[in-house]
Amino acid sequence: MARAEVKTKQRPWLNLNELPFPLRRPPIPVVALFLLTLVAVGVFIARLMTGWTLVTNMNDNYGWGLWKGFNTLVGIALGASGFTTAFAVYMLGQERLRPLARMAILVGILGYFSSVFSLLIDLGHPERIVLPIIYWAPESPLFEVAWCVILYTTVLIFEFSPSLFERFGLKRAERVIHFAVIPLVIGGTVLSTLHQSSLGSLFLNVPDQLDKLWYTPLLPLFFYLSAVYVGPAVVIVVATFCQKAFNQKLTQLLPPLAAALPFLLGFYLFIKIAELIGAREFGVMFDGTRNSYLFLAEISLGVILPMLMLAFKRIRYNTSWRFVAALLVVFGLMFNRVNVSIIAWSRPEDAIPYFPHILEIGFTVGLWAGLALVFYVAAHYLPVFGPRASDKPAD
Amino acid sequence: MSHAILFDAHLCTGCRGCQVACKQWNDRKAVKTENTGSYQNPPHLSADTWLLMKFKEIEQPDGKVQFVFGRRACMHCHHPACASACPLEALHKTEDGPVLYRADRCFGCRYCMLACPFEIPTFEWDQNEIEGPWIRKCNFCIDRLGEGKQPACVHTCVSGALKHGDREELIAYARERIQKYPDIYIDHIYGEHEAGGTSVMYISHVPFEELGLPTNLGDEPISENAEAAMFATPIAAAGLIAGLTGFYWIMKRRMKLGAHASGDSEDQG
Repeated sequence: MARAEVKTKQRPWLNLNELPFPLRRPPIPVVALFLLTLVAVGVFIARLMTGWTLVTNMNDNYGWGLWKGFNTLVGIALGASGFTTAFAVYMLGQERLRPLARMAILVGILGYFSSVFSLLIDLGHPERIVLPIIYWAPESPLFEVAWCVILYTTVLIFEFSPSLFERFGLKRAERVIHFAVIPLVIGGTVLSTLHQSSLGSLFLNVPDQLDKLWYTPLLPLFFYLSAVYVGPAVVIVVATFCQKAFNQKLTQLLPPLAAALPFLLGFYLFIKIAELIGAREFGVMFDGTRNSYLFLAEISLGVILPMLMLAFKRIRYNTSWRFVAALLVVFGLMFNRVNVSIIAWSRPEDAIPYFPHILEIGFTVGLWAGLALVFYVAAHYLPVFGPRASDKPAD
Repeated sequence: MSHAILFDAHLCTGCRGCQVACKQWNDRKAVKTENTGSYQNPPHLSADTWLLMKFKEIEQPDGKVQFVFGRRACMHCHHPACASACPLEALHKTEDGPVLYRADRCFGCRYCMLACPFEIPTFEWDQNEIEGPWIRKCNFCIDRLGEGKQPACVHTCVSGALKHGDREELIAYARERIQKYPDIYIDHIYGEHEAGGTSVMYISHVPFEELGLPTNLGDEPISENAEAAMFATPIAAAGLIAGLTGFYWIMKRRMKLGAHASGDSEDQG
């Protein structure tokens, strides 16, 4: 089915015949994603109706489980694709990356939605999620994160709005947003910098519990730097998918992104090693404890290996290998976040152990499946790929 | 006056009267008992058990086994990590000692449970959306203090292991006891300085880790680094906005100059 041309003015607002697949006989992957989404909805309802005991394994020693420790942290980190790509295109003038900007921003929106939905199921009182607007506690990192996420999700939606205006032929709105592009990008960069690092500050409050291989007063810096390097990696992964799924010519744009990764990863690695040496804790990673193995695995597979791989031009220009390297970066970041938030903690000896309940995993998988489905439909309906004149900044 | 409690582990007989009194006064449900291999029950603190006596058997140098009893309940820190972490200031330190909880501000994020170095705040995991799950922990019997009474646990204690009073006076009293029986007590008041000081303090005849207390806390408040980072945040924000705006202006100017130099005047905007 050919994608509709961009002559949008005559098109009706919603036409079911334009769906990317026949509604009566949808393809199996779409059905699978939809069913997984239903699981997530089911778990959400069960959680609201029965509490946590039946659907999760969280306990008083593990107050944060998979939903916050993984979904919320990883969703926001992967959502960094939005601000890093927008920064590269609009602030650094990397025009050749422009066709990737909208896709990256859409991925950013979905990443933040993943975090917000996970928060909604995880909070004791999800209907109170906006309370940080009323009750201020500026000394709390979570307060700062809450504000920034609210503001930045709004910025992301504005940044993405030209695709909607274009699709529905709203010329005036397009012109208005056109003048706001640069302030939005600057605002988005500032907000992202603040809350990506504040997510690290969250764990500054557990100096006695988090393993010293991860705990450092520089934790916010490491969260920020890792969000910056995972942004391009996410764009590489998603663009490689879209190349196939939507028949777009995207992968040819990726080598410069892949070329940036060794520098970003190397910078992170350099600071991390320097910090460990400065704190006289470098040797701790060779202690042979469980945490030291976790740390070595995280750093070598998630940072060093992809850094070395992408240093080779042949790999940067090879779609499959570049994809593998980017995927390593993404998995490495997920591993890092789970280590910091759940695994690499010292618990009291009588603590109740925690492993995610099958339904906790079910909600996580279902949520991501649902967001993939949203991306799939949005990428068909909206002009997500390709450069648009209206995206250019106003003078 | 600053309310405080002193627990003397040497005087404790492990009768658990405090544990029962706490439950009765605060109207908490009974928790199903479990065989944990000792007299301790229930096995863990929970939303229905705000005070738990931990039973531990330790072997002495002469081969005899000694029973020791640790008291697990809110320490009412001077600079509580839970209150510092709370994004809504639902948990807060009051001037006269107790760390209190305002359910009307809480949205149940449970960050307090992570931040607390003593693993004290608990959550009502089995409550649904309508009944509402809340954070639960010892509230120093604030309703009794208001009437000039002692906290229920102290009031019940028959052996004198628990004492309630002004913090400075209790510290002086504890010092006196340690000096009087130097061969019994360890020369340290746990909580005088730990994590910036706590309103619940311990003296003991066995090492404090045997009572289930963390000994890696240091004397600075737990939330010191986090608060420094959050204090720097508004400054960083202002700097970033100024820096990025300037950066964009320079980049754009350079691009324009570059475009002029190469002769292709790009029509922007």
